[in-house]
Amino acid sequence: MWLARVLVPVVVIGGWQLFTATGIVDKFFFGQPSGVWHSLVHLFQHGTAFGSIWLNLWVTIKEALYGFLLGTAAGILLGLLLGQNRFLADVIGPYIKILNSIPRIILGAIFIVAFGLGTFPKVLLAAVLVFFIVFFNAFQGVREVDPNLVANVKVLGASPLQVARHVTIPSALTWIIASLHTAFGFAIIGALVAEVLGAQHGIGLLISQAQGQFDMNTVFACMTITSVVTLVAEYLITLLERRVLAWRPPSRAEAASI
Amino acid sequence: MVQRADQRVRAVGDPGAASAGAAQIEITGLTKRFVTRKGVPFTAVSDVTFTVEPGQFCAIVGPTGCGKSTTLGQVSGLERPSAGSVRVGGREVNGVTRGVGFMFQADALFPWKTVLANVMVGPTLHGMARKDAVELARNWLRRVGLAGFEDRYPHQLSGGMRKRVAMAAALINEPQILLMDEPFGALDVQTKAIMQTELLGLWEQLRPSVLFITHDLDEAVALADRVLIMTTSPGSIKQSFDIDLPRPRGEVQEIRHEPRFLELQGQIWASLREEVERAYAQTAGAA
Repeated sequence: MWLARVLVPVVVIGGWQLFTATGIVDKFFFGQPSGVWHSLVHLFQHGTAFGSIWLNLWVTIKEALYGFLLGTAAGILLGLLLGQNRFLADVIGPYIKILNSIPRIILGAIFIVAFGLGTFPKVLLAAVLVFFIVFFNAFQGVREVDPNLVANVKVLGASPLQVARHVTIPSALTWIIASLHTAFGFAIIGALVAEVLGAQHGIGLLISQAQGQFDMNTVFACMTITSVVTLVAEYLITLLERRVLAWRPPSRAEAASI
Repeated sequence: MVQRADQRVRAVGDPGAASAGAAQIEITGLTKRFVTRKGVPFTAVSDVTFTVEPGQFCAIVGPTGCGKSTTLGQVSGLERPSAGSVRVGGREVNGVTRGVGFMFQADALFPWKTVLANVMVGPTLHGMARKDAVELARNWLRRVGLAGFEDRYPHQLSGGMRKRVAMAAALINEPQILLMDEPFGALDVQTKAIMQTELLGLWEQLRPSVLFITHDLDEAVALADRVLIMTTSPGSIKQSFDIDLPRPRGEVQEIRHEPRFLELQGQIWASLREEVERAYAQTAGAA
């Protein structure tokens, strides 16, 4: 199994290198693995036109992280609130659906124009992308609460706030945490897209510059860097999930998965 | 099991104080109507009237779907009657009744809390300090024979053990009334008998008033002071039987062979049978 697993990237990257080296595929348009590697080394050794790669990476991570936190907080808060309050859900629910149907990437253009080239519009776009994912999960999580548990804790004398603390929130947490995996990916996308649309620093800016100069190798290099960041974040979220959801029985599907 | 029961008696050791906290349950003309999803009104229980004296163990037996659980919902205050009234300890029930312990048919343990934390919920909600609550919960887990399982999660326990946790959680606040909705319905026969014996042991120490719902007539006769038969829907009380088997009853499995048990069981079954057959005819007709 491990051998086959190692073989996959060897074949893909090796094939890519082979085809571009022999000229069957034009490396001008599709880049070349060795060129991507050189670009990576260059980025880390000589920096970029907009400061060191670390500075740019940090800017992007910061934007994505703030956006992630903001969107998650808003999503959880509103999800819990609407999930528990049928009246609010009936009033606000349709509007959230309408907003959700907007192609949100386009909002980036508006945010850049409205709030300039700084950090804020990137954070905002990332937060908007994250919000809907977390919101729908939190909302559903609250709706799926076992009514038996609610009845039980009520009989034991819980106030509505205590019902939320002891039953609704822990129960919805399973759903919320599951959504965070996807949400962080979207936070990165939001930050990158907003940077492509207009920025002073950031990986997205590097990508759009490299694209302007037909430097595909650098585009691929930036892509690799962001993938690593997302993978690390994914790992951290998995750690958090294990910690918070330690009570869950190990499911058969999980044991068999990656 | 016998050994464990003995330990429990020693642990409490003050039977005199037991029944002081029990409350009377007075149900008068209780009626509950629902509107089904299709918009058809449906009367679940109709004009139910009975009284459970303080410290009495009262069982309600009836065919499936006769409104037994609905009745219990009104007593706990989780639901409101459409007509009639429920009084607990002389006070009209509006809102969740104070001093109630409730054991549900399904598992109502918090899967994300450890066994200890599950049992602690009751005292914590009543504002007990954490340290005292921990101690009390540990004490109760000992009483139900689960010492050493404090840090487990519910999914790591067997069905019988989960029921014991639920029992400790329901009794830890020393409720005045204990409502039980087919609590042992999902257990296998042997575990069920063990749990029944344990319940009787705990009840004899605390003596809350009990309203116990079941469709298992043997269970009702073995445990209760009084058995009420409920008619098929709309549910109402058909007949009441006093169970004069001596207390303490001891092992539930053994009572079943006593002549008086069989005699009572036979009498009540004659009354229940009609209802069961009628309920069966109804569902068969509907299907």
